[in-house]
Amino acid sequence: MGLLARRNLFHDRVRFAVTLTGIVFALVLIIIQFGLFLGFTTTTSNNIDHSNADLWVVFHGVGYFDTGRNFSERKFYQVLSTPGVARAEKYMQAFARWKRPDGRVDNIQIIGFHPGSGLGEPWNVVEGSVADLKQEDSVLVDELYREKLGVSKIGDRVEIGDHRARVVGFTRGIRSFTTSPFVYATFKNSLDYTNPTSSEDATAYILVKAAPGVSLGELQERLRARLADEDVYTTAEFSRKTRFYWMFTTGAGLAVLTAALMGLIVGVAVVAQTIYAATMDHIREYGTLKAMGATNRYLYRVLIEQAVWSAVLGYGAAMIVARFIVRASEKAGAAILMPWSMSIGLLFLAVVMCVAAALVSINKVTRIDPAMVFRG
Amino acid sequence: MNEQERNTVIRAKGLGKIYREGATELQALQGVDLEVRAGELTMLMGPSGSGKTTLLSILGCILRPSEGKLEVLGKNVSALPEKELPRVRREGIGFVFQGFNLFPTLTAVENVALALDLRGVRAGEAKKRGEELLAEVGLAHKARSFPADLSGGQKQRVAIARALAGDPPIVLADEPTAALDSTSGRTVIELLQRLAQGHGRAVVMVTHDPRVLPFGDRIIHLEDGRIVGEEKNAMGAIETAPFLETATLTPVISHQVSI
Repeated sequence: MGLLARRNLFHDRVRFAVTLTGIVFALVLIIIQFGLFLGFTTTTSNNIDHSNADLWVVFHGVGYFDTGRNFSERKFYQVLSTPGVARAEKYMQAFARWKRPDGRVDNIQIIGFHPGSGLGEPWNVVEGSVADLKQEDSVLVDELYREKLGVSKIGDRVEIGDHRARVVGFTRGIRSFTTSPFVYATFKNSLDYTNPTSSEDATAYILVKAAPGVSLGELQERLRARLADEDVYTTAEFSRKTRFYWMFTTGAGLAVLTAALMGLIVGVAVVAQTIYAATMDHIREYGTLKAMGATNRYLYRVLIEQAVWSAVLGYGAAMIVARFIVRASEKAGAAILMPWSMSIGLLFLAVVMCVAAALVSINKVTRIDPAMVFRG
Repeated sequence: MNEQERNTVIRAKGLGKIYREGATELQALQGVDLEVRAGELTMLMGPSGSGKTTLLSILGCILRPSEGKLEVLGKNVSALPEKELPRVRREGIGFVFQGFNLFPTLTAVENVALALDLRGVRAGEAKKRGEELLAEVGLAHKARSFPADLSGGQKQRVAIARALAGDPPIVLADEPTAALDSTSGRTVIELLQRLAQGHGRAVVMVTHDPRVLPFGDRIIHLEDGRIVGEEKNAMGAIETAPFLETATLTPVISHQVSI
């Protein structure tokens, strides 16, 4: 049975190549779309997910990260004095104007935090360090945006909202989902860059670290009771709200998921067509098998084994192609992520897709009249 | 029970078959009574459309009769549910087809072994048995050849080896010499004859080929879906009949079957 399945599958190499191409095409399309979806969702909430905070205090009604709204820093002291809070830090997110050394202007998102606090700091710093931000008028940017921001090295000088700024380091792989790159600065500098008239009496977020052993749920409730005009979310909740906003409220996620679904449908159609054509080529052989006493179950197993072989080999080839694409995307504006869990899930999906595609052939084989073997 | 009854492996009584397509009905077989016995090579002859292949398909449990009763190896198969028939075929019947119906992607020995795979025999054992069967039909040296590299006669011998793989008491052959030249045809018919007379199998073959008639023990004549006559071969005729020239049985004991 296994031998027949393999021989029938590999015998016609051109047809098999077409089958594999169809599977690889479908899987790569799915990988790219799901990878983009994962990349987008990760990007939208990456500052939250890397914040190392347990809870986020936000102005009431702020639904996602990129629309932080300032509130009085008195709330910060209320948070600090709440039992169960080990640490709290003010955190800023605001849009600002970036004037490149060549005079061109672009929009950025300023992220203000307290270097050394361990909360809300940038990660993957590949040149310079977070501590360098303690120098006057200094900022960290991501190397992906060197060209966009018109900077190439540490020491390059720019203007942010009419304030001088100097690049003291670069991060790697911190993308912004909007077209405005993240620029990291101290909390104090971020206020100067975004709102030169205000003093240090406002914050967009408060990041909270709970004391060891304290229930996050209870601390969240305690803070909610104290802060009438603010919302308190766990990091996971705020991350989820931000991702949901960008992915589904804007329709961006729906677009990539629809494309992924299209990939799946195209894949099933291509594989179904090729497996069906291969089955029809061998239809008389299946009739002979039935006449010889093969059960339908035996024939199903032949077809399913062919489908599984197609899936596994197509998956292997698709993974090689996808690795190249994923690697290439690391230096591009949009990240395509392919975590190992997705790789394993895709193998399962490939097998399901190919077996589903084989169902048409299975249905055909089930209906073969073995008496056909006696007809010319 | 006399010896003839003991040797009967297929017993058909009042078999009829009607093909229906829309409002059109075609009576392909009617009132066929037939007994097939082990150790005999039974030939079904008749003009095109006489019902030979329909009868062979029914005897092989591939097609269900519209009426009548069929017993195969003592089992009333006309009363069995459809899903039981593959098992009857697997356990009791080997098939040889006019067009060989070998699997082009498998070698000769793999074609034979496949018939054992259907029966759940393990791959190593199936291959060994396949080689033995190919040796029995004189094709041990072609075991690794693909069907495309075999002559018509060799293909049919592989098909016969495959039919014997499950050691079935019954072998049904549909015009097994029709696509062969005279030399290959003779080799194949001699092989089928040996299966019947030497190995005690019941062999039923449909044929149009007058050259093979001397090899049959019984010749059943069909016309318009009915058995219209039966001839029995006298002993000794087989060995002496000149293969190429024989158009009728000589000598034979002929008698008409009453319908």
